[in-house]
Amino acid sequence: MKKIYTYISFLLLSGVVLAQKPIPADPQTKSIRITNVIIHVGNGTVINNGSVGFKNGKFDFVGENSATTSTSYEITVDGNGKHLYPGFILTNSTIGLREIDAVRATLDYDESGDLTPEVRAITSYNTDSKIIPTIRFNGVLIAQSAPRGGLISGQSSIVQLDAWNWEDAAIKMEDGVHINWPNRNRIIHPNQKDVDENTLKKDRNIAIGKIKDLVERAIMYMKETSHEEYNGKCEALKGLFTGEKNLYLHANTEKDIMESVAYFESVGVKKIVLVGAYEAYKITDFIKQHNVSVIINRIHELPRNEDDDIKLPYRMPKILWDAGILFTFSHDGDMEVMGSRNLPFNAGTTVAYGLEKEQALQLITLNAAKILGIDNQLGSIEVGKDATFFISDGDALDMMTNKLALAYINGRQIQLEDSQYYLYEMYMGKYGLKIK
Amino acid sequence: MGETKTDSKGAFYWNDAIKTDFLAYTHYSHQADKAEKLRKFGIGTVLTHRMDGIFRGSGALVTLADMESGKNILKENAAIFGSLEKGTATNDYPTSLTGVIALIRQFLYDAQWYTAMKGKADKNISLESYISLKNIPIIFKTQNRSDISRLEKIAKEFELNFHYVGSGEEFERIPDLKKTSSTFVVPLKFPQPYILSDPYDADMVSLEDLYRWDIAPANLHILDSNQISYNITTIGFEGAGDFFKNLKKAIQYGLGKDKALYALTEGPAKLLKVESQLGTLEKGKLANFIITENELGSEGFILMENWIQGRQYTIDGSAEAIDMRGNYSLVTDYAEVGGKKMILKGKPFSPSGEFMYNDTTKVSMDLSFEKSFVTGSFFLKSVNGYIRISAQIEKNKTWKGILEDPTGKKSDFSATWISAVEEEKKKEKTAITYGEVRYPNKAYGWKWNDLKAAEDKSYLIKNATVWTNEKEGILKGYDVITEKGKIKKIGQNLSCTDCQTIDGTGLHLTSGIIDEHSHIALSRGVNESGQSSSAEVRMGDVISADDINIYRQLSGGVTVAQLLHGSANAIGGQSALIKLRWGKSESEFPFEGAPGFIKFALGENVKQSNWGERNVYRYPQTRMGVEQFYYEMFNRAKEYAQLKKTSKDPVRKDIELETLCEILDGKRYITCHSYIQSEINMLLHVADSLEFKVNTFTHILEGYKVADKMKEHGANASTFADWWAYKFEVNEAIPYNASILTRVGVNTCVNSDDAEMARRLNHEAAKAMKYGNLTEEEAWKLCTLNPAKMLHIDDKVGSIKEGKDADLVLWSANPLSIYASVKFTMIDGIIYYSEERDKELQAFNQSEKTRLVQKMMQAVKNGEDGVPLAKKQFFLYECESLEDYDYETIQIVD
Repeated sequence: MKKIYTYISFLLLSGVVLAQKPIPADPQTKSIRITNVIIHVGNGTVINNGSVGFKNGKFDFVGENSATTSTSYEITVDGNGKHLYPGFILTNSTIGLREIDAVRATLDYDESGDLTPEVRAITSYNTDSKIIPTIRFNGVLIAQSAPRGGLISGQSSIVQLDAWNWEDAAIKMEDGVHINWPNRNRIIHPNQKDVDENTLKKDRNIAIGKIKDLVERAIMYMKETSHEEYNGKCEALKGLFTGEKNLYLHANTEKDIMESVAYFESVGVKKIVLVGAYEAYKITDFIKQHNVSVIINRIHELPRNEDDDIKLPYRMPKILWDAGILFTFSHDGDMEVMGSRNLPFNAGTTVAYGLEKEQALQLITLNAAKILGIDNQLGSIEVGKDATFFISDGDALDMMTNKLALAYINGRQIQLEDSQYYLYEMYMGKYGLKIK
Repeated sequence: MGETKTDSKGAFYWNDAIKTDFLAYTHYSHQADKAEKLRKFGIGTVLTHRMDGIFRGSGALVTLADMESGKNILKENAAIFGSLEKGTATNDYPTSLTGVIALIRQFLYDAQWYTAMKGKADKNISLESYISLKNIPIIFKTQNRSDISRLEKIAKEFELNFHYVGSGEEFERIPDLKKTSSTFVVPLKFPQPYILSDPYDADMVSLEDLYRWDIAPANLHILDSNQISYNITTIGFEGAGDFFKNLKKAIQYGLGKDKALYALTEGPAKLLKVESQLGTLEKGKLANFIITENELGSEGFILMENWIQGRQYTIDGSAEAIDMRGNYSLVTDYAEVGGKKMILKGKPFSPSGEFMYNDTTKVSMDLSFEKSFVTGSFFLKSVNGYIRISAQIEKNKTWKGILEDPTGKKSDFSATWISAVEEEKKKEKTAITYGEVRYPNKAYGWKWNDLKAAEDKSYLIKNATVWTNEKEGILKGYDVITEKGKIKKIGQNLSCTDCQTIDGTGLHLTSGIIDEHSHIALSRGVNESGQSSSAEVRMGDVISADDINIYRQLSGGVTVAQLLHGSANAIGGQSALIKLRWGKSESEFPFEGAPGFIKFALGENVKQSNWGERNVYRYPQTRMGVEQFYYEMFNRAKEYAQLKKTSKDPVRKDIELETLCEILDGKRYITCHSYIQSEINMLLHVADSLEFKVNTFTHILEGYKVADKMKEHGANASTFADWWAYKFEVNEAIPYNASILTRVGVNTCVNSDDAEMARRLNHEAAKAMKYGNLTEEEAWKLCTLNPAKMLHIDDKVGSIKEGKDADLVLWSANPLSIYASVKFTMIDGIIYYSEERDKELQAFNQSEKTRLVQKMMQAVKNGEDGVPLAKKQFFLYECESLEDYDYETIQIVD
């Protein structure tokens, strides 16, 4: 067996004329081991002087360096003391469904109508989005692409970020249904000076009624042995009751959370994931008792109330962690897709406000994988799991040191240079400047 | 009170919001019904004007006697009225508060010029009318207490004395008011309490609203004890009852009864210079007076008669205005009721009633009051049926009427007030207390004395890692002394006996972060989008010192921010450079001695690309048009400058062109919103050919493509670290932009344009280490020294150097690290934010909220009308915000 020993160098393709878009990598054919790395497992533990081995896209060895005397790998890479992390997981995103926020033709995340559970993100997911490579560049290798808007937005999908087309990309095509529970707090818009409170209450009740009607219709539909008429909306909701699909329940205030969780439990929804959940930190006991997991919004967010702790979004993760809640965070909000390359730095901020570094990492790796139901396969550096990981020169949660040297998805070494890097090279060249 | 609309086509001012030609007396006709309503307030004379527009014309002083209109008019032009609201004018301009203020200034300059022209100018009725009126008081309506300092700035500029119709918030900024020589015409409306029965909703009510509710009734008392001149207006009240109730409340909160009377009589008479006719009961003055039961503002006050110009008006329907609560004895032949008692309690003007059948049996009554009549019914078990009463209320709360028993038999009925209800008496006696005003009066505001104490301190920060931004670089284990707002000394093993010592061991000390592009702390519109050039508007006119984002950004180490006009037009407005002096008033925010800047804009926003299908007509709609627009405007400015040199007649001062002339003269710098290379190149050419400089290209996401050209021109770059893909023109934006520009030699900084990101500009600077490999020191300068240079304030801020301003931030770790947090932020040697104090403030906020929620609940229980909670949302301005300026009080939507 011919063995190749190599060192990590980021610009493996340097000097070659780059395509604007990275070429999806071929499947792993040769077994690879990477030695001499600090392994951030994703479950809270760190292996200093570690090494990993993977074959056919799966890890078959994770451990201390000394134990990797195995010579059964075709390629050995010296990690030079760099950091190895599981690929970060971006939840509740519109990645691949929107390209340029201000250009309507590039937006595919919000179907018209209040109740559209039948629509699936996966078929609109654009593997060729120019944004995707820029996110991978910082370590995000797995994402949940989710529809938005209305009362029932549709179904999200879980994808890996290096693919020729959406079929290749799909990890789970229909991982859950997204429902937006109407907000009970009256929100006054500047243009709605004299909105009558009763009208708002009535509108909210009508909206909740619509959700309940459809959910209850779906329950009846499931009980039918044969259907007189096919109902795509009811078909889409079935999985919530069998446990095949998660319910992503978008709700923010205490009462909204309590009301909606109680309702969906009562009708037999198996797995509930709260999304947004701004006030979840105030009712952690309730959330634990009902065994729901939580996806809060991005950490780099302003407090929603003027009087809130000015660092509340930074400190919320510590509160939820201490309460023993299974949670992660998304990058939902303004300019969310292009900004989601900052996912690791959002995690880093939670360390400045209470969490340990490995806990912060766990939020966007193993916790996210558990919540999405893909932890058997992803979320940590463990034998048997997908070899979906990257190596960074330094601490990947800090922008000063997040510099990816290598990244693999399913054991496939993906290209890290993106169109932005290409422009960087091009113009440094124009000015006769060298890239350090 | 007569309101008419004018057709302003003709020789009037170009903008219809200027209605100086509207003289209320020429449109006035006595309206008996309105007069009757006002007489119930005890008013004999009113100053009436049309409440429309910015300059609203003159108000007429008229009496409320029912006579021919001509006899009512006491003074034709008693005062000029103004406001900061555009009203019904249909002009596109102004769309923002900045535009309103600019329009006022331009109008006042025009009036000066028109006078100087001595009849040679084209006839303008609006200007003439104003000029002929200008020796009478000018009264401006304000929406909030910040409007006062905004208008005072104008008053000072034109050497005028403005008086103000207040908002009720005057007590929140007494130090500002003390600087004026104005009289405040204060409404007596107080905020209503919220219904707070649900603890889950606690976060919906803001401490600001609670504070305001708590202290507002003491507004007049606070003004009075600070020797500020005030009058009282009845504006905002539907019924006189509520007015008198609030007047009584103001008195309970400390206002002297004599002071209240003065503020309703002699005070206004003096303000309007009619004290020879009105204001006191003296021989020779008009026979305008009122007769009351009990003293004004006291328990049992009832307005009985209102005499105007010698005519007697008896006030009927006083029931609606009388506190009817109390114990009554009932007289009637009907044995089941006669000789028994009735108790009225709860709300003063619509109390609930109880019929006391005997000592232990109470029956609740349905009561309704209409004018001087009352009707009521109650179910009486003993006769198994309803008793109905209907009566007229006479003097001394005596009811006289009839009673009908369940069999239909009618009897005479009367009720006589005997005594106040016990619980009411108790309530009246409980001492009035209210909290201390905070600066600003909301969560995280300062206690006045704490702020004053913080101003006098000197500090010794010991053994820190000091990021000097000077040639000394990063100094480990150094000490820094601050004194009188400046950095006094940098060295090792320093000592200072008068200093408070702060241990900096293991911590990093830097100069404050400077945000070159911000839209926080602004009021009522960030874009004046009514015209393609709005060079005349000034963001400095609309600073709001109360924005919580000021405090939030201090917690991220920001000390200086440039508040920019938006990017809706090619030539935007003038910028305001501020220090984030949280707790101080608007007038204390500007960065002293900073040079003037103006915002320009290019690209999609200017050509309205993303404004929808309807906005496709305003010139320019293309980048080609933008170029020509600049040539047009600057050539006009040059012609104007020429005219000023050559004209024999006084030249009309045009504040828009004056601003452009400042640019041409190198006295005002440009910050230009820009993205793509073609437009950057274009503006460089425009500037070169017209011989002015573009100081800063902001956003400038394709700056990396023309970095060499920018360097040659001498332009600076202010950019985002990694934003892109939000619109088409940022499709080729790259995160290496700051690094490439820096490498090429363009002075570059990172900015926020975003209230959230501004709290962590240190992160954004650090990204230049990841994208483009800048060194730590190079990266750190991106948010400190480089913006200081760009803004021409690097002689005062931007680095740690002896003699520079003590604008310092102490960090828990390397400030470029994601793991760093701010220990304190200091501006001019004053610590405006510290981690410790923030903890204390949070605890204080919580205890204040608890206290005031309890107080509010008690108030509702005591019969005050509660209103349901509404969630206030925060509106955050960014470049593209076009929100209407009229909606300041209601904010934000996410």
